[in-house]
Amino acid sequence: MKASDRKRLLREMIFYRRFEERTFEAYMERKVGGFLHLYSGQESIATGVLEVARPGHDYVITGYRDHVHAIKAGAPAREVMAELYGKETGSSRGRGGSMHIFDPSVNFMGGYALVGQPFPLAAGLALACKHKGTDQIAICFLGDGANNQGTFHETLNMASVWKLPVLFVCENNLYAIGTRIERSTAVTDQYKRVCGYNIPASQHDGQDIDVVMDSARKAVNHVRSGKGPYFVEYLTYRYRGHSMSDSGAYRSKEEEREWSKRDPIILFTDKLKDEGLIKDEDIKAMEKEVDDEIENDCIKFSEESPEPKVEDLHKYVLDDNPDPRWIGPLQNNEA
Amino acid sequence: MAEIAYWEAIRRAHEEELNNDPNVIVMGEDIGVAGGTYKATLGLYDKFGEQRIIDTPISENSFTGIAIGASMAGIRPIVEIMSINFALLALDTLINAAAKIRYMSGGRASCPLVMRTPGGTAHQLAAQHSARLARMFMSTSGLRVVTPRGPLDAYGMLKSAVRCNDPVIIIEHEQMYNLRGEVPDEETFRPLEGAEVVRQGKDITLIGYNYSVHLCLQAADKLAKDGIDAEVVDLRALKPLDRETIRRSIEKTHRVVIAEEDEAPVGVGAEIIAIINEDCFFALDAQPIRIHAADVPVPYNAKLEKAAIPNADDVYQGALKAVGKI
Ligand SMILES: Cc1ncc(C[n+]2csc(CCOP(=O)(O)OP(=O)(O)O)c2C)c(N)n1
Ligand SMILES: [Mg+2]
Repeated sequence: MKASDRKRLLREMIFYRRFEERTFEAYMERKVGGFLHLYSGQESIATGVLEVARPGHDYVITGYRDHVHAIKAGAPAREVMAELYGKETGSSRGRGGSMHIFDPSVNFMGGYALVGQPFPLAAGLALACKHKGTDQIAICFLGDGANNQGTFHETLNMASVWKLPVLFVCENNLYAIGTRIERSTAVTDQYKRVCGYNIPASQHDGQDIDVVMDSARKAVNHVRSGKGPYFVEYLTYRYRGHSMSDSGAYRSKEEEREWSKRDPIILFTDKLKDEGLIKDEDIKAMEKEVDDEIENDCIKFSEESPEPKVEDLHKYVLDDNPDPRWIGPLQNNEA
Repeated sequence: MAEIAYWEAIRRAHEEELNNDPNVIVMGEDIGVAGGTYKATLGLYDKFGEQRIIDTPISENSFTGIAIGASMAGIRPIVEIMSINFALLALDTLINAAAKIRYMSGGRASCPLVMRTPGGTAHQLAAQHSARLARMFMSTSGLRVVTPRGPLDAYGMLKSAVRCNDPVIIIEHEQMYNLRGEVPDEETFRPLEGAEVVRQGKDITLIGYNYSVHLCLQAADKLAKDGIDAEVVDLRALKPLDRETIRRSIEKTHRVVIAEEDEAPVGVGAEIIAIINEDCFFALDAQPIRIHAADVPVPYNAKLEKAAIPNADDVYQGALKAVGKI
């Protein structure tokens, strides 16, 4: 990988961290409502996997912890922020909010609140790719907790039987809200649960973006070459609470400290320093640049954008311009 | 114009739409090699192949979800769910996903999915094979719900549903698959919106949907012998609902009976009466009457089953009451 690309990746991850932390502030200021789930600590996974896939070309879908996946897939960061602000200029026109970022213009097919629901949707996107004979794949990012849904098992089975071009990325951060994985899940290594479906699967360190990219490249190639689905599991940790209302009482300070040493941004920064690609002052400059971009572009755009009009409340329920040939209404002859 | 069975009408619509658009696919349990539980997809597997006529495992929530995902990427799936009872397993993906995706994406994504399923009681199938549940889909914004009463609508509404850009739920009925009726030889589309006045009358309005339209028609024949001229309205589409046709009919007849095969609480009849109250309360000369199933799980025993489910005579009696003859 070129030095400039490695530096760009570091900048991207710093951007994502700062973006998420800034949404936290906006939430505290009550500019953002609803549930807000931050991705801090897991940046290396969405960044690394999508770096070696083809964002904009491949379909991407995920759960409610979706801001970073959307941006890395190609959704403009300012529109993602504007969505959190509930603005008409937001990714989902202010109708979805944090958990439902959509940008079909770059094939980012949404964030979903129902844990496990994206599994079949992803397989369906993959079925469409296969049906049309394109070289696209569908990539589904979900957590460890999602694997306890029936949709996980049902979808893996069908994806395998039908050899669908879908990559399942499991972000195993060891918790589903406040329940640690051992307490909910008989087999804690998630990749082992996949063997019953005849799908190749592997487990990797999710904090080292180089490891993520190497393993994801193999997985993406497998899926793109028409060999069917692949399941890749990354071990990771979220640094914030599950959402804003989380006290965090279920995790020990010691565990948090251990994982903070494996911060994907610090790990990658240290590597780039060792490789002689970057110095402390470059990082300072990068952070400043990123903060300026978030403030002067994302936040400014979000603050200044209009809210949706109340007159438009009923827009987007059904097709707003339906073809009367299919819809009618049926004309009755008067008596 | 040929007379064909309801199942043949559905089969023909599938075939025409599969021929018309290579992105139309069909999914469901036993719909391919086996030809479909109700023969609605008979022969399509041989003609269109396994990539387009997809036999699924028994995983209703996820194969419906796969159809929804595919529909977001330009595929036009027709999903058959063997019985509406089994559609309960797919409610998450239908109600939380298909019905909401257009809205929560601000109109940027859509799910042009068709889900067909038979609802209703048949011949002693007991509690777990007799659900009706139209009301559940009818109460969900973001869905279209239609209930074809005969071969023409079964054919023409399925074709429209495939072309339409919204998720469409088509509720059929176990007892209607062999019902025969005329369908034009040339390609025909029937609109997904609008109730139909299927019999003109001036003394009372009988409102039905799906199978209960036939109960209304039989009751109307009987009422005619008593000199009572009943109008019969087939709702056809439960969502969106055609309030206008209901109002016009009641302003003409001033009396109304609503026949539903489902249990009454929070049901289709309750909704229609609420609409009548809102739109044409002062046109009424008598209180509206609901004819509906008993509020029990559907029993196996034939005598009990018969007692639980409304029939044409129940509709007839209801009408007599509405016109003050009993
Ligand atoms: C079907 C469903 N059940 C419960 C919830 C509530 N809930 C939201 S997130 C969550 C935990 C999911 O954990 P995981 O899949 O590991 O993802 P993570 O939050 O760790 O990224 C739960 C139980 C939900 N949103 N959907
Ligand atoms: Mg988790």
